[in-house]
Amino acid sequence: MRLDSSTLWLTMAGIGAGTFLIRFSFIWLLGRGQVRPAVQRVLRFVPASVLSALILPSFVLPQHAAFSLGNERMWAGLIAAIVAWRTRNVLLTIGAGMAALWVLTNA
Amino acid sequence: MSSPKRAFAAGARDISPIILGVIPFALIAGISAVGVGLSELEALGMSYIVFAGASQLAAVDLVGRHAPVAVIVLTALVINLRFCMYSASLAPHFHGLPLHWRAPLAYLLTDQAYAISITAFGNGRMRHKHWYYLGAAMTMWVTWQTGTAAGVFLGAAIPKSWSLDFAIPLTFLALLFPAIKDRPSLVAAASAGALALAGHGLPYNLGLFLAALGGIGAGALADGGKHHAP
Repeated sequence: MRLDSSTLWLTMAGIGAGTFLIRFSFIWLLGRGQVRPAVQRVLRFVPASVLSALILPSFVLPQHAAFSLGNERMWAGLIAAIVAWRTRNVLLTIGAGMAALWVLTNA
Repeated sequence: MSSPKRAFAAGARDISPIILGVIPFALIAGISAVGVGLSELEALGMSYIVFAGASQLAAVDLVGRHAPVAVIVLTALVINLRFCMYSASLAPHFHGLPLHWRAPLAYLLTDQAYAISITAFGNGRMRHKHWYYLGAAMTMWVTWQTGTAAGVFLGAAIPKSWSLDFAIPLTFLALLFPAIKDRPSLVAAASAGALALAGHGLPYNLGLFLAALGGIGAGALADGGKHHAP
């Protein structure tokens, strides 16, 4: 038996309200102020860090599986990484990665 | 960027290539919500209220596994803690805007809108930054809601063997390389990636958040010497 409908809506409202507050946090508080240069120097590492932390487990340990050299997603990810590095092109990167995964999975 | 309209159009145009990678994710978010027993209205409501893909997928997964409400909410919020860092990073660019602007801009904050905007804002001075961001973020929002709705109504017609979920890390990958501009940012990315692998088994998806913090710290350390007062 899944959650009853009113509990589910309350759950979603909780996630929605909390997520909005997280998103609003600094945009709200610092809207009238300035972020100090020292903070800005640290914040410039946010994109590289977050993106890398999102990507690596999806390639190396997909679907919570253990590390394996037979993991097609790791090799497809590696091929896509080379394409991304050489071309800096979003569509080519996605295309190369998806094509590599399909070829490796169906080979 | 001479007018608000042009800035809005530029944002919408710049985010468009990325959005191709989002469509499969949105479809999967819709399909999986209906798959665990949410009604069509509930599945659509989730997408409008939360509007954050990874946390929506995690929440749906936990609903399907009969997790307690507190765990569902906490897990989703931990996944979304990264928005706090985006919020801090964007705040100076929205400096001086009234609250009725900043609140909707905050609701529309996503990985994609952040990545595109912060890249554009970094390339010298730009006027109408909030219009550029709004163009990118609204395009993302419309795509996400349309994709989720399509997923909800198409149901599970798309075979799992297509591995469409793989388009998501590929999208982030294409954004990662432009973000690596120098040695300290390379150190940040490498450390965060290694920490994310090491912390993969941590509960509540804490691994991602801690890895990001660790990467930022490592980047700042690598950068350290250069910026200290002479």
